Amino acid sequence: MRRNKLVLIGNGMAGVGVIEQILKLNSDLFEITIIGSEPYPNYNRIQLSYVLEGSKTVDDIVLNDWNWYRENGIRLLTGTTVTGIDTDARQVLTDKGEAVAYDKLVIATGSKSFILPIPGADKEGVVGFRDIADCDRMLEAARQKTKAAVIGGGLLGLEAAKGLAKLGMEVTVVHLMNDLMERQLDPAASRMLQDELERQGLHFAMGKQTAEIMGDDHVTGLRFADGTELDTEFVVMAVGIKPNNDVARGETIEVNRGIVVDDYMRTTAEDVYAVGECCEHRGVCYGLVAPLFEQGQVLAKHLCGVETKPYEGTVLATKLKISGVDVFSAGEFIDKPELTIVKMQDDWRHTYKKVLLRDNRIVGGVLFGDVTQATQLQQWIKAGALMTADMHASIMGLAGEAAVTNAAELLADEDIVCGCNGVTKGQIIEAVRDQGLTTIDEVKGCTGACRSCGGCKPLVEQVMQSVLGDHFTGAAAQGICGCTTHSRDEVVAAIRDHKLMTTADVMAQLEWSNPEGCSKCRPALNYFLTMMWPREYVEEKESRFVNERLHANINKDGTYAVVPRIYGGVTTAEDLKRIADTAVKYGVKTVKITGGQRIDLLGIDKEDLPKVWEELDMPSGYAYAKALRTVKTCVGSAFCRFGTQDSMAMGQLLERKFERIDMPAKVKFAVNGCPRNCAEACTKDIGIVGNDGGWEIYVGGNGGIKPRLADLIAKVKTDEELIDISAAILQHYRETAKYLERTSDWVERIGLAAVAQAAVHDLENRKKLVERMEEALTRAADPWQKVIGSPEDKQALFETVKVAPRETAD
Amino acid sequence: MHEQAAVEEQNAVYIRVGHSEDFPPRLGKTVFVDKKEIAVFRLTDGRFCAIDNRSPNRKGGPLSEGMVSGHTLYDPLYDWKINLLDGQVMAPDTGQVKIYPVKIEGSDVLIGL
Repeated sequence: MRRNKLVLIGNGMAGVGVIEQILKLNSDLFEITIIGSEPYPNYNRIQLSYVLEGSKTVDDIVLNDWNWYRENGIRLLTGTTVTGIDTDARQVLTDKGEAVAYDKLVIATGSKSFILPIPGADKEGVVGFRDIADCDRMLEAARQKTKAAVIGGGLLGLEAAKGLAKLGMEVTVVHLMNDLMERQLDPAASRMLQDELERQGLHFAMGKQTAEIMGDDHVTGLRFADGTELDTEFVVMAVGIKPNNDVARGETIEVNRGIVVDDYMRTTAEDVYAVGECCEHRGVCYGLVAPLFEQGQVLAKHLCGVETKPYEGTVLATKLKISGVDVFSAGEFIDKPELTIVKMQDDWRHTYKKVLLRDNRIVGGVLFGDVTQATQLQQWIKAGALMTADMHASIMGLAGEAAVTNAAELLADEDIVCGCNGVTKGQIIEAVRDQGLTTIDEVKGCTGACRSCGGCKPLVEQVMQSVLGDHFTGAAAQGICGCTTHSRDEVVAAIRDHKLMTTADVMAQLEWSNPEGCSKCRPALNYFLTMMWPREYVEEKESRFVNERLHANINKDGTYAVVPRIYGGVTTAEDLKRIADTAVKYGVKTVKITGGQRIDLLGIDKEDLPKVWEELDMPSGYAYAKALRTVKTCVGSAFCRFGTQDSMAMGQLLERKFERIDMPAKVKFAVNGCPRNCAEACTKDIGIVGNDGGWEIYVGGNGGIKPRLADLIAKVKTDEELIDISAAILQHYRETAKYLERTSDWVERIGLAAVAQAAVHDLENRKKLVERMEEALTRAADPWQKVIGSPEDKQALFETVKVAPRETAD
Repeated sequence: MHEQAAVEEQNAVYIRVGHSEDFPPRLGKTVFVDKKEIAVFRLTDGRFCAIDNRSPNRKGGPLSEGMVSGHTLYDPLYDWKINLLDGQVMAPDTGQVKIYPVKIEGSDVLIGL
């Protein structure tokens, strides 16, 4: 079969990034040609400043060497410039006179330095800072001259200036504004940056507009609009970039500032795409690396016919790459009255941290001097996360090491760790596990994480540490049981991502070592599947423990115990009579009042269970289940002279609402009418304490094998909020807990603040949790009634076979 | 007629205990026959196994409610692993459950006593 011809114009990071993605998706799809003007293979343009300052060589920053092109069967034309695109004939024309045919064309020509249109800009000794050739000219100048001026106090200008200074030149940065990097930094950070750079030997001419570059053939100085002058022998223009869209000039491809593209990087010409700095998406031309990769991933998937989310723009984050000066900025960075500012300035350690909040959501941040939290902060900005005490401590560094080491744990598997290359936490974990990686360089090589700016290195290390344990050594993390090495989160992700609908599907997909699983994983998978597909999943009775399959508690002698529902521990004389009558009729051996305010009928034969249930005519109390067991209540305001809330009514309401649906482990509630706490909220999974103005909600209590006092998670004024938050906490627990993990361990593991954030403070998320809980609740039905009405269930699960001797064969 | 389990006793007396459809896959069934209590299992691959319905654990208890995986049974009360083909208790526990040969004739399930 003839392969489609894919032609890429531009051999830079954006374009080659797309090709790399395509090769990963389907290496047989295209016959690929790459045309580039520069005589180099693809290199990391971001690290040119390292080449300039001498900490790296050109070879060090090459991303794809010549072999890579050969190995992947890519035709590479370097030193070749495309002069035009013939969209009718579907071919591109080069300056070498060649016409290259395409089926799909990707334009990734990047950008050019913006050269100020002032007199003298064409003189010798005036350069931009964009490619290896510029870099070479600067290195050359540094050998021959002593004085340099850099016009532009932005990211690129400062990197160029620092590079030249390091090469021994006396450098003055000329900036139009009064603050350096004013498009990324607030005045305070800008001031600290300038102080630091002055300490390092740079000079600054602030608030100066360059009017003319003086000299004969070669530059000798700058004249400013205010009439002052500056002697210099070399000028670097770093006032900005402009999209390089020369090749697209014509009629069929719409060009504005950049080549106009839609959310799938399509230009207005059929089968012609543009990506990176040369394009303009939703009116924005980007000049930083992160958007290139995000655009590239969308384009690669689109070209390969793989379903993809549209590209909808990027939250920009900036990191200054000068050795010894760490600056990070993302999102909003200027103080405004409507924003809440969290700020810390330390003039002794020369650090500055600022986080900007709108309605308690993180919308921006600036870090100076200590950027270890940059990737984390960027994630939060991107997600619009709500600020919590833990996050505050983590960013501001007041919680010590503990908070810092938790940064990776706070990320979900699909969260991006390396913003440059779009590598997720899950991908790193997968690579480390599957390929046995132990060093950051191996991870770099395998996943691309940390390969561009390197800013995510601490986070990548944390992720690796979480997989490999301390010192990046030791065995891979344990699976959910002996049948698999996959963790709970990986299993749940696979169920979701691959739409797995049965335990057998999960075991096959994740290559279980034991094809039918074991008594540990089967019930767990059954639970994960009910949780994930509340409407579609048909539960597997054969993957339930006996108690949950038979809806009764097995006793050691093989008889069963039956506990009917007594909502909130409140019963009636009629119900008690019926319980007594049933107990007598079926010879119940023991009638026991339970710790959860109800009645246990012990010693019933399996075959009698459906009959007992029918006689009782009460719902199942789920005393056997990983589900809501009891809601313990005190008498409350209905009778108690101290009662401030109607705890009995609320307890019954909550029990009726949340009974029956599957949980990771058993769940117990308590509702108290006043702070005397007679129903012992402190030892319940969800404990509720009424007071005069509303309710307090406690979570994570346990009175069993590992006692734990519940933590206060919220105070609410209304019953509706109480029900809502309870639902959200339960659903969050359902979605994130390990199987058989009680809320006490769960709260300890993921942190009270994280639970509060997800189920209480983040109103949007809370609403979604409640919605998913409601969806799950719709399928809850009383299991006893179901069995009573189903002769098949009775036969399959409860009836025994009694064989008379006369049926003997042979 | 074909052989069901790895066990076969020439002198066994085979007794019909029901239709194969009476035994849902991977769910045990208690069969009372000849004063014995036997747990009968239908495996995923269609094979039938019959064992004494009493846990080899010293505390006893039934086995028919255990979870079935391949030809392994997980004891419902103590989670011991029992090989349904030979009745052996698997490590780390030890013990032996008596097994009975099973034959299928047409749709009839017969157990050899």
